[in-house]
Amino acid sequence: MPETDTTFGDYGGQYVPEALMPAIEELTDAYERYVLNNEDGFMDEFRERIRDFGGRPTPLQRADNLSERYDRDIYLKREDLLHGGAHKLNNALGQVLLAKYMGKERIIAETGAGQHGTATAMAAAHLDMPCEIYMGRRDVNRQRPNVFRMRINGAEVNPVDTGRGTLKEAISETMRDWATTVENTHYVIGSIVGPAPFPAMVRDFHRIISEETRRQTREQYGRLPDSVVACAGGGSNTMGIFADFTSDSPFSTAPDSNTDADDDVSLFAVEAGGSSLDVDEERGVAPNSASLSTGSEGVLHGARTKLLQNSDGQIMESHSVSSGLDYAGVGPELAKLVDDERVTPVNVDDDAALEAFHRLSQEEGIIPALETAHALAFLETETDADLGEFVVVNVSGRGDKDLEAALEETAQRDIPNAPAMEVFDE
Amino acid sequence: MSNPAIDAAFADEPAFIPYLAAGDPSYDASLEYVEALARGGADIIELGLPFSEPIAEGSTIQNAIVRSLQGGMTVGRYFEFVTDLDVDVPVVCMTYYNLIYQYGDEPGPEPFVRKAKSVGIDGFVVPDLPAEEADPLREACDEHGLDLVFIVAPTTDDERLDRLVSLSSGYLYVQARLGVTGARDDVSSETTSSLDRLAAYDIPKAVGFGIKTGEHARDIIAGGADGIIVGSALVDIIAEGTEADAPTEETAAELESLCEELKAGALEGAQ
Ligand SMILES: Cc1ncc(COP(=O)(O)O)c(C=O)c1O
Repeated sequence: MPETDTTFGDYGGQYVPEALMPAIEELTDAYERYVLNNEDGFMDEFRERIRDFGGRPTPLQRADNLSERYDRDIYLKREDLLHGGAHKLNNALGQVLLAKYMGKERIIAETGAGQHGTATAMAAAHLDMPCEIYMGRRDVNRQRPNVFRMRINGAEVNPVDTGRGTLKEAISETMRDWATTVENTHYVIGSIVGPAPFPAMVRDFHRIISEETRRQTREQYGRLPDSVVACAGGGSNTMGIFADFTSDSPFSTAPDSNTDADDDVSLFAVEAGGSSLDVDEERGVAPNSASLSTGSEGVLHGARTKLLQNSDGQIMESHSVSSGLDYAGVGPELAKLVDDERVTPVNVDDDAALEAFHRLSQEEGIIPALETAHALAFLETETDADLGEFVVVNVSGRGDKDLEAALEETAQRDIPNAPAMEVFDE
Repeated sequence: MSNPAIDAAFADEPAFIPYLAAGDPSYDASLEYVEALARGGADIIELGLPFSEPIAEGSTIQNAIVRSLQGGMTVGRYFEFVTDLDVDVPVVCMTYYNLIYQYGDEPGPEPFVRKAKSVGIDGFVVPDLPAEEADPLREACDEHGLDLVFIVAPTTDDERLDRLVSLSSGYLYVQARLGVTGARDDVSSETTSSLDRLAAYDIPKAVGFGIKTGEHARDIIAGGADGIIVGSALVDIIAEGTEADAPTEETAAELESLCEELKAGALEGAQ
């Protein structure tokens, strides 16, 4: 029996059908041996591949114009420059490689924005594994470029028609596939969610963001940042860049992660405030995805965590302008860190995110993912937050996938800094 | 510890255990349908309390759950439903853990179990609650004298099997094949090997996942099972009736007749 703790305080656990439990035991064992103990040089191979195939380390770039605008030193951790255009590859490559070490023959994954699906499809092609991706129908329509990328990389994309056709439904559907094929298939979960050991394992594959950020901030600025800001859907880019700053965490597995006075680094998880933080109980709809800010404890997709749910415990439909944040749950580790007041949950609404999307594009020449735009919007909206003078924002992904959606969403609203968005007629 | 009503269902002959989602497609029609199961020879009824994320269900039951929730089913209505139900067989509540966990003022399963007991529920099947997470619910069930039925999968190894048998009361739910619920056209060979592995354990074994006809029922009982669990094949009848806008009595009669066939098949298998 594996020894790893399956919980983060009251959160986490393994709430899955019995059919999956042996696979989860097997995965826990593989996680301990290969990831935590580098058996057979697994982590060495991972680091080599994420460097050569992935393009790590990603730069930590000073954003000169934003720095001037906010009168602080704003640095951008450029995960958008990772292969595939988002942080997602760290985890996807790690898990597909692990599946290979475990002797699995087939990869499945769910995706919201399509970035995780794309990263998984790329990793699977790179490591020569067959791959199937589940994606909500609504997200297929919002993120077509990524659907094409997955297909071009050889993955099969299965649209999911249940519910609102977003990430929540895609995860449920992937679990159903896994329950049928568990003997030869590995489910590459796309964030720090799901049953243990996924949340800890996914964090460990993304921890490299945090390792680099610590080193780069010291080299380039001479010290650790005053605050780190990242958007939170499930929370994988969030925990990726927070991991080595959380300090003194009893479940921390990184050696020497606590060698500085990290408590001075403020950590902000920016959620999607959607169109409102209020809930339509009657219709079971939360017009936001702010489960850290407004959710309550419950069990979804294998873990106890903070959720958007009604008083019966039925899961709400969530909303965000960005598919990758559009999820009613959040990683259990983040839920715990929020309860511990180590991480501050904040949120910004759809309009602010769109405004930030245009701002970064115009002022820095970087088109961010709509997910990332939430983190950037926080700099603008939260003028009295104690961000300090040296701020790192995790640019979790690039916005190419979002051009169509951003154009459409912008056209429907009054976004003050939007360029002319009409399509040219002949 | 075991519930006498459920023990009695396995005492003399193979138990026929049909499943329906309460409230599918409406409260009143569903009452009629569940009562039809009893008339058709049900020995235990597994009554689904719909959860919005039913990860262990295939599309048939998933759709039933959507119909039921859209028809206004809530946890409170479910308990009323059980109270209103006029059947003479034990009722096992089949649902997902979050609904059990959320009920009452404090998170945790005890208030739900207490309420379930008060409306006449005899046990639980919770497909997303493996042995690892089951202690709080097991304790609450013991306290109130309800059964907690665990599912044994084809992937369950011997070590886990021992543990599941020791935690399970009432009966074991033997999952006939890997995957999610849904009616199938054949009996899986996994079923036979599961039953062989389980033969030594002194607890009733009820097989579910995929059973559709009297013939399946017969073969599975003949293969050593003590009961059969049938969901999707029955829910299909409701789905068709709903789609065709058929009168409730007509659909109820069809349900009753499939139940009779399944029960007869089970009896035949026992000979
Ligand atoms: C670019 C980008 N950032 C952020 C996210 C949100 O996921 P997480 O919170 O797990 O990092 C996604 C998800 O698809 C994404 O594509």
